[in-house]
Amino acid sequence: MLEYIIKRVVALIPVLLGITLLVFLAMHFVPGDVAQTLIGEKGGHEEVVKLRHELGLDRPIYVQYGLFLEHAMTGNFGLSYQTLEPATSMVMGAFPVTIQLSFVAILFSILIAIPAGIIAAVRQYSVFDNVLMGGAVLGISMPVFWTGVLLMMLFSLRLHWFPFTGIVSNGISLRTVTGFQLLDALITGNWRAFGDVLRHLVLPGIALGALPMAIIARMMRSSLLEVLGKDYVNTARAKGIRERVVIWKHALRNALLPVVTVVGLQFGNLLCGAILTETVFAMPGIGRLAVTSILFRDYPVVEALVLFTALAVVVVNLLVDVSYAYVDPRIRY
Amino acid sequence: MLAITIKQFLRSKAGIVGFAILFIVLILAAFAAYIAPYSPIDQNFTQQLLGPSAHHFMGTDRYGRDIFSRIVYGTRYALLSGLLADGVALGIGCLLGLIGAFYGGWWDFAIMRGVDVMMAFPYLLLAMLTIAILGPGLINAMIAIGIVYAPQYARILRSSVLSIKENDYVTAARAMGASDLRIMLQHISLNAMAPIIVQATLTAGAAIIEAAGLGFLGLGAQPPTPEWGAMLSGGRDFMLSAPWIATFPGLAIAATVLGFNLLGDALRDALDPTLHRH
Repeated sequence: MLEYIIKRVVALIPVLLGITLLVFLAMHFVPGDVAQTLIGEKGGHEEVVKLRHELGLDRPIYVQYGLFLEHAMTGNFGLSYQTLEPATSMVMGAFPVTIQLSFVAILFSILIAIPAGIIAAVRQYSVFDNVLMGGAVLGISMPVFWTGVLLMMLFSLRLHWFPFTGIVSNGISLRTVTGFQLLDALITGNWRAFGDVLRHLVLPGIALGALPMAIIARMMRSSLLEVLGKDYVNTARAKGIRERVVIWKHALRNALLPVVTVVGLQFGNLLCGAILTETVFAMPGIGRLAVTSILFRDYPVVEALVLFTALAVVVVNLLVDVSYAYVDPRIRY
Repeated sequence: MLAITIKQFLRSKAGIVGFAILFIVLILAAFAAYIAPYSPIDQNFTQQLLGPSAHHFMGTDRYGRDIFSRIVYGTRYALLSGLLADGVALGIGCLLGLIGAFYGGWWDFAIMRGVDVMMAFPYLLLAMLTIAILGPGLINAMIAIGIVYAPQYARILRSSVLSIKENDYVTAARAMGASDLRIMLQHISLNAMAPIIVQATLTAGAAIIEAAGLGFLGLGAQPPTPEWGAMLSGGRDFMLSAPWIATFPGLAIAATVLGFNLLGDALRDALDPTLHRH
């Protein structure tokens, strides 16, 4: 197992280098002069040349890439052009909101999709199955920002059941410990804040969870159907074991394997959806940061954000692969 | 083969519904000028924020523009974004996949590692990164989405070509002196088309959602273009007083994408011989 993990981690190195190269080249080919942008239109030619030299922009491209790599390794991407804060700390400040939102979304989708997929498979071609699979195709087709807007219109604006925007209500004070609002509320025993943050996460969580829910439910159904057709399941039935036991003890465990992978692979989808969901619900996560930094051409923030996000996706995918190998010993080849 | 595929496809009710939805969208796009009762762009400040009525089937927006007319014209942008982004993805992806699988060795290694790197990025983020270079705008958004989806085609075509190129008829063509290009295009590509057709249908739906998403974020189509994502975004300021502005464009996106998804699922079943029911 350890050998497998080491192999996978080593295989990641070229991918990570490729990611840094892609981000570096993308930022290099952005039209316009960074030094001129930093100094502003009024800056003189000499000032621009001096700043270009200070930033290393007059050096050969491979030296610049080397410098970029060095900065990326130390997490130093420079200051944001907009706020003059370090870009890394801005990205790190925004990530917890996105991670909490993604966590609530995936939890919600698993809790609904897996039982629904099981029932659909067990009662194949029943009304429930047809309605559920129809709903799943609809779930895949609905844009997350529309689902978000609809939920907000109904449950926040009309019924006032949930808060409108943000992550914590204005009147609630919450001491920052980890940066994760839910966790901070738990650690400090601030139950009022915990409930408030949770209420802020419900609607965006449902909106963001709709797509993974549809994908997981479809996967659960097809995977269980495939396993239910296998010989050993027929053998179990022939031995006179009750259908419920056949499904729960014999079929479900094996059917869950591909579902685990699909759940893990939703992380990238969730981050994409989170960018849009956060914009709808005005949540201060990486989505909003990405949009504002691209619109304002705040390249240090864009670099930091894209690199950290890609890194997160790569690491999560690795964890999924390793956990899959752990669950299914046949994978370790 | 084609007859069997069509027969299988016609058995799928969902596939026919998907086809019907897309046919309607196509008709709306082609005859928008005749179907839309009003101009999609001209502002009319005496008709602001009117609810759905006999005059304005889906109501009006803050500039007094008829939402139904904008949605009808919006079908053109949706189909264009689906087709153009899909075309870019298909062109780049298939070329890379074909070259990688056909020549193997370093070509294959370099191309597939590049594909791995691109697939490590969340789609929307990679599209946003591309827009950071190209600048916001509808066409740029489509190109960005095309680039983002290219690696999927490269992977799919590569795996098909790897098995097809070992067939005897490819060896025979080579023995008869056919050029690499001729073998790639005539003998291999045509036989690897089934999974590509399915992928193209599903990607078109996904590309429409992505393009609308970029429009929603302000990075795609710019006002006053009647693009559904941008229209939906504009409706957010009036969610309580005029909820129809944000509702109908979303419904249009969902219906069109549903059409592509239903068609794609049915095509996959029809083109996969292992799934055929006799």
